Amino acid sequence: MSQAVQIKRVPEARSKSPLFWLPFGAGGMLFALFGPGLILITGLMAPTGIGIPESFMSYAHARAFAENPLGKLILLAVIALAFWHGAERIFLTLKDMKAGTIPPLKMGTYGVAAAATVLTLIVLLVI
Amino acid sequence: MPDAALAAKTVELRILRYRPASDERPSYESFHVPYSQEMSVLEALQSIKDTLDGSLSFRWSCRMAVCGSCGMMINGKPQLACSTFLRNLPPGPVTLEPLNNFPIERDLVVTVGDFVKKIESIYPYIIPKVPRTIEEGAYLQTPAQMAAYESFSDCINCMLCYAACPQFGENPDFIGPGAMALLQRYNGDSRDGGQRLRLDQIHGENGVWSCTAVGYCSEVCPKQVDPANAVNQNKTNSAFDFFLSFVRKA
Repeated sequence: MSQAVQIKRVPEARSKSPLFWLPFGAGGMLFALFGPGLILITGLMAPTGIGIPESFMSYAHARAFAENPLGKLILLAVIALAFWHGAERIFLTLKDMKAGTIPPLKMGTYGVAAAATVLTLIVLLVI
Repeated sequence: MPDAALAAKTVELRILRYRPASDERPSYESFHVPYSQEMSVLEALQSIKDTLDGSLSFRWSCRMAVCGSCGMMINGKPQLACSTFLRNLPPGPVTLEPLNNFPIERDLVVTVGDFVKKIESIYPYIIPKVPRTIEEGAYLQTPAQMAAYESFSDCINCMLCYAACPQFGENPDFIGPGAMALLQRYNGDSRDGGQRLRLDQIHGENGVWSCTAVGYCSEVCPKQVDPANAVNQNKTNSAFDFFLSFVRKA
């Protein structure tokens, strides 16, 4: 090869991607581990009343869960991280499909996840 | 008997050719070569060069999937010509093109200068944690410590993973799967102390963060190096490093 090889040694500016990638990764891990169980309990067992107490999905029961500090934390993690995981996947897919310029795509994905997180946080703090 | 000669099996190779001195743009040319069960795509190319057209250009050296020179698109998939056999390809013409995502130098030969620069940018050598003198003896390593990085050292720089990577196709500045596998080969080595330097080379948008976890790189790798795994490990490392960088500054 005749061309002189220059070694790139000046590091690029640090990307902000970890801010989005970590909640994406955490959401993916959380749902890989607990997603099927959650769907089984809330989607199949609760509506059919099989295998769990009748009061399980009652308003009082659910509210008590959401008022408990640990319950709040679990609800925040489950709701917010699911949004961040979905946002990253949808954003990258839309970006690869060249569905539009980056800022509106980010607003429509990460923006939705951020709004959902803030809303969940507010609701959990109020109740 | 002429009938028997006619009946001898041949295979058609449709080759994307480009001779920069005379061609305005690449175009396909078909060649027919005698077919045999044992024939690799590379041997078919050599047969064309020896008997039909000596100007056909392609890279090759070892003929046994060690040197990484003969990577090309075979029926649209990045593969080594030497380890792809005609008998395993579907009947009909075989289409050969230079590796995707790289500038064509001539016929099936692509320009590799940028790839070499990327490889060199990630400090592809052991930077000892504590340098030892000759009197102090060799750097020791347990089999378990070696297993942590060994698979990443199997890379032969064939660049099939770059031809497979849609993100590299979109952004030629993306450091890409092969360089990330090599980086992990050194960062995962217990004798090495260069992690900090290497993480700084990949923390940008064109570093590890251009990857969108398509995973096709690992699928086409002829040496089962699993570059996608190396990229993923370094996303985790780079993400932690992102937050640690604030601690270091403070």
